[in-house]
Amino acid sequence: MAQTTEPVATGTKPISGFREFWYYFSVNRGAVIGLTVFAILIVMAILAPWIAPHSPDMQYRDALLKPPMWDVNGDPRFILGTDPVGRDVLSRLIHGARYSLFIGFFVVIGALFVGVILGVLAGYFRGWVDVVIMRVMDIILAFPSLLLALVLVAILGPGLFNAMIAIAIVLQPHFARLVRAAVMAEKNREYVTAAKLSGAGHLRLMLVTILPNCLGPLIVQATLSFSNAILDAAALGFLGMGAQPPTPEWGTMLATAREFILKAPWVVTFPGLCILVTVLAINLIGDGLRDALDPKLKRS
Amino acid sequence: MSLLEIKNLTVAFDTSVGLFKAVDGIDIAVDAREVLAIVGESGSGKSVAMLATMGLLPSTATVTADVMKFEGLDLLSMSAAEKRKIIGKDIAMIFQEPIASLNPCFTVGFQIGEVLEKHLGLSGRAARQRAIELLELVGIRDAADKLRAFPHQMSGGQCQRVMIAMAISCNPKLLIADEPTTALDVTIQKQILDLLVRLQAETGMGLIMITHDMGVVAETADRVIVQYKGRKMEEADVLSLFENPQSNYTRALLSALPENAVGDRLPTVSDILFEPVPGAR
Amino acid sequence: MLNYILRKLALLVPTIIGISICAFAFVRVLPGDPILAMAGQHGVTPERYEILREQFGYNLPIWQQYFNYLGSVLRGDFGISLATKRPVLTEFMALFPATVELALCALLFAVAIGIPAGIFAAVKRGSWFDQLTMGVALTGYSMPIFWWGLLLIIFFSGYLGWTPVSGRIALSFFLRPITGFMLVDSLLYGNWAAFVSALRHLILPAIVLGTIPLAVIARQTRSAMLEVLGEDYVRTARAKGMAPGRVVNVHALRNALIPVVTTIGLQVGLLMGGAILTETIFTWPGIGKWMIDSIFKRDYVVVQSGLLIIALIVMAVNLIVDLLYALINPRIRVQ
Repeated sequence: MAQTTEPVATGTKPISGFREFWYYFSVNRGAVIGLTVFAILIVMAILAPWIAPHSPDMQYRDALLKPPMWDVNGDPRFILGTDPVGRDVLSRLIHGARYSLFIGFFVVIGALFVGVILGVLAGYFRGWVDVVIMRVMDIILAFPSLLLALVLVAILGPGLFNAMIAIAIVLQPHFARLVRAAVMAEKNREYVTAAKLSGAGHLRLMLVTILPNCLGPLIVQATLSFSNAILDAAALGFLGMGAQPPTPEWGTMLATAREFILKAPWVVTFPGLCILVTVLAINLIGDGLRDALDPKLKRS
Repeated sequence: MSLLEIKNLTVAFDTSVGLFKAVDGIDIAVDAREVLAIVGESGSGKSVAMLATMGLLPSTATVTADVMKFEGLDLLSMSAAEKRKIIGKDIAMIFQEPIASLNPCFTVGFQIGEVLEKHLGLSGRAARQRAIELLELVGIRDAADKLRAFPHQMSGGQCQRVMIAMAISCNPKLLIADEPTTALDVTIQKQILDLLVRLQAETGMGLIMITHDMGVVAETADRVIVQYKGRKMEEADVLSLFENPQSNYTRALLSALPENAVGDRLPTVSDILFEPVPGAR
Repeated sequence: MLNYILRKLALLVPTIIGISICAFAFVRVLPGDPILAMAGQHGVTPERYEILREQFGYNLPIWQQYFNYLGSVLRGDFGISLATKRPVLTEFMALFPATVELALCALLFAVAIGIPAGIFAAVKRGSWFDQLTMGVALTGYSMPIFWWGLLLIIFFSGYLGWTPVSGRIALSFFLRPITGFMLVDSLLYGNWAAFVSALRHLILPAIVLGTIPLAVIARQTRSAMLEVLGEDYVRTARAKGMAPGRVVNVHALRNALIPVVTTIGLQVGLLMGGAILTETIFTWPGIGKWMIDSIFKRDYVVVQSGLLIIALIVMAVNLIVDLLYALINPRIRVQ
C-alpha cells in the first residue's frame, strides 16, 4: 500500500502581482481601517465648502470661545464650539483637512521627484557623482530636521508654501538614499545586463528598466514622509512659521489656541485630534503596505 | 526496552490555508548502540518528527502520539521544566546549518560552558577544562584558543564540530543529527560523518541520522526508515533495504541515484511510484 | 575595527566642512541687514554703518568672510550674540545642560519602557498585549508632540494641579550651577526640596519628549526580537535545554539589541528637533528654545553658530553610535 496520499492542505495557486499584494493588504485590519479613514478625509476635504456648517472665516461676535454643544454653556449652532474670535471650530477643522492633505501630497511628490532623480543618478553612475550627491544628502541629514526646516522657512519667509518647500527639502534625502541603494542592488542583475546588450541607453536603463523594480520600499517611505510632512507642517504652523493665521491649518489653529488651553481646552484638543487621526490612518496604511510588499514577512 | 519509542506520531501545523499535517501517523523506535537513518526528500517531515520529540516546534504545531517515550519516561505528559532536564543532556540534537546554529554574539567557550553548567553543574576551571577536552575529542586543533573564538571566525566544518561537542558534552543516550553534512562541502562531509560514527561506536549512544542522501544511509546506518509526505513508506535494516526494497517509493529513490543509472535518462520518483507492489507499507 | 573607525572619521570631514558652509550661507541669506538688526531701535547713521560694516568684515568678499569665520570657530570663538551681547559659546554652555538633562531623562524613559515592552510583545506575538502595545506605539508616533504636551498640561497641571507649567525648578530655589543638571546639583547641595521640585518640573517635558522615541524603540525592539527568535541559534539554545527566560533575555536579546542600539542613537537627532517644541511649550531654558527665539529675533550670529554646534553634536553622537555598534557586534569587533 505504497500509494501516495496528497497532503491535507490544498495548496493555493500562487496569485501574482497586484492581486497578491491586495490580498495581503486587505487581510490587515488596521491597514483597511486606515485606508477607509483616509478616504473619508479626502472626501471631506474635497467637499469641505458644502459639508462645513459655517464659513471657516466667519466670526460670530456673540459667540466667542463657546464650548462644544454637549457642554452646559454650549451653543447648538457650533457643534464643537468656537475659537477666541468666534469662528466655528468644526468648520475650520473640515477646511483644515484640505490644507493638511494638500501639504502631504505636495511635499511627498516634491521630495519623491527630487530624491528619486538624485538617487538614481548617484546609484547608476557611482563615482564622483555619487560622492557629491551623497555628501550633500549627509549634510542635510546632519541637521535636526525641524531645525533645518525652521531656518529654511526663516530664509524664505514664513508661509504655508515656503514651509512645504522647506519640509520637502528636508525629507528628500531619505528618498535619495533609498533609491540609490535599490539601484545599486539592481544594477548588476542579469535583466539589466540583457537590456544593456539590446542597446538601451542610460536614460532608458535608469528609468524604464531599473526604477520600476525599486518601487516597494519607495512606496512605504512615501507614506512615512506623508505623515512626517503633515506633522512638520503643523509644528511649523504652531511655531508661527508655517501657515499664517487666519488660515485654518490644524497646527496654526493650535498656535492661536495656546494661551487659552486652561480656559478653553476644546480649542486645543480638536485640531490636535484631527492631526492624530490623519497621521495614524496614514501610518496604518504604511504598515499595511510594508507587510504586504515585504516577501520575508509573508505568512505561511 | 527501546531508548526512544514513538507510536502514531502526528504533527499538524495551523497555517493560513488550513491544517497541514507534516507528519501523519509515524512509528519510530531506536535502541541504544543503534544507528537509525530516516531518509526522505525535502518536505517529507523527517526533521519535523524529531523536532516534535525534542519539543522545538513553534506553538502553531499540534503534536499528538499514542506513545512517545524516552527510556520509559513519557515525553508527552512531562512538564516543560522536567523536559528541559533531559533535552541537551540525555537527548541532544545537531542541525543542518552549523554556522547559523551558533549564537554569533557569544564565544564558543561560552556556548559550550552553558550546557556544562546547566546540566552538569560545572563552572570556572572545570568547565573550561572539559570544554577543551570536548573540542579535542571532536578534532579541533588549538582547542584552548578556539574557546575564545566567535562562530563567524570559523569554517562550517569547525562549527559543526563545535555543535557536536556541545551535543555530546553530557554523554547523551541519544543523538539526533538533522542533515548534519548537507551544508558542508564534500571532503568535510566525510570527516564529520566519520566523527559521528566513531563517537557513536565509542560511547554506545543511539544515533538518529536524518538525511536525504542515500549514500550517507549506506555508510552509516544499521536500520532505515523511509519517509514520504509525512508517512512511513518502509522500514528495514540497511542491507535489506538496498538489496530488496519493498516499497515503490524506496525503489524509486534508489533508481534515481546516479550510481544506479541505466540508459540515458534518470528515472524520477513519479515514474516508478504507481506500480503496485503487494504488502508494502 | 580600527579601520572601521578611521573610515567613518574620514567620511565625516567633508560633511563637517559642508555643514559649516551651509550654516554660514544660511545666515547670509536670511532677510534683513545684520548691522541694522544689531543697531536695533535707535538706528544707525550712514557713517557709523560703514564703520560697523568694516568692523564686522561685511565688506570683504564672501569667501573671505567664510574663512575668517572658520578660523575663529577653530579658535573657539563662535561670535557674539546680537541679543545678549555675550559670546555665543558662553550662552550655549549655559543652556546646553538643560537640554541634555531633558533629553537624557526622555531617552531613559523611552528605553526603560520601550525595550521591555518590545521584548514582551515579540515573545507574546499576536496576544492582546502585543496588539495593545503596538497600537499605543503607533499612536505615540502619530501624535504632534506639541499637542500632546498641551494635553498633558491641561490634565496634570490644569485639572489635577500636580505639576508646574514651566521652568526647570520653582523660583524660590536658587542654586548656583555646579554641573548644570538640576537633579544632580540639588542632590549635591543636599537640598531635598529642590530635588523634588526639579523632578516635578522635569517629569512632564521628559514624558512628552520621550514619547516618540518610546514608540519607535518599542516597535524596533519587537521587530528585531521577532527576527532573532526565528533564527537557528535560538533553536539550538532551546535544544540545549536552556530555560525560556534565558533563551529570550540572553541568547535572543543580545543579538536583537544590535539594531536597536543604532535606532536609539538615531533618536538623539530627533530629540534635538523635538526639544525645540517641548522647550517652547514648557518654557524650558534649553538650546531648542534659544534657537527658535534667536530665529525670531534675527540674532544671526546665534543662528549661524547654533546650527553649526548642534549639527556637530548630532554628528558626534552618530559617530559614538557607530562605535558602539562596532563594539557590540562581534562580527565587526573581531575580524
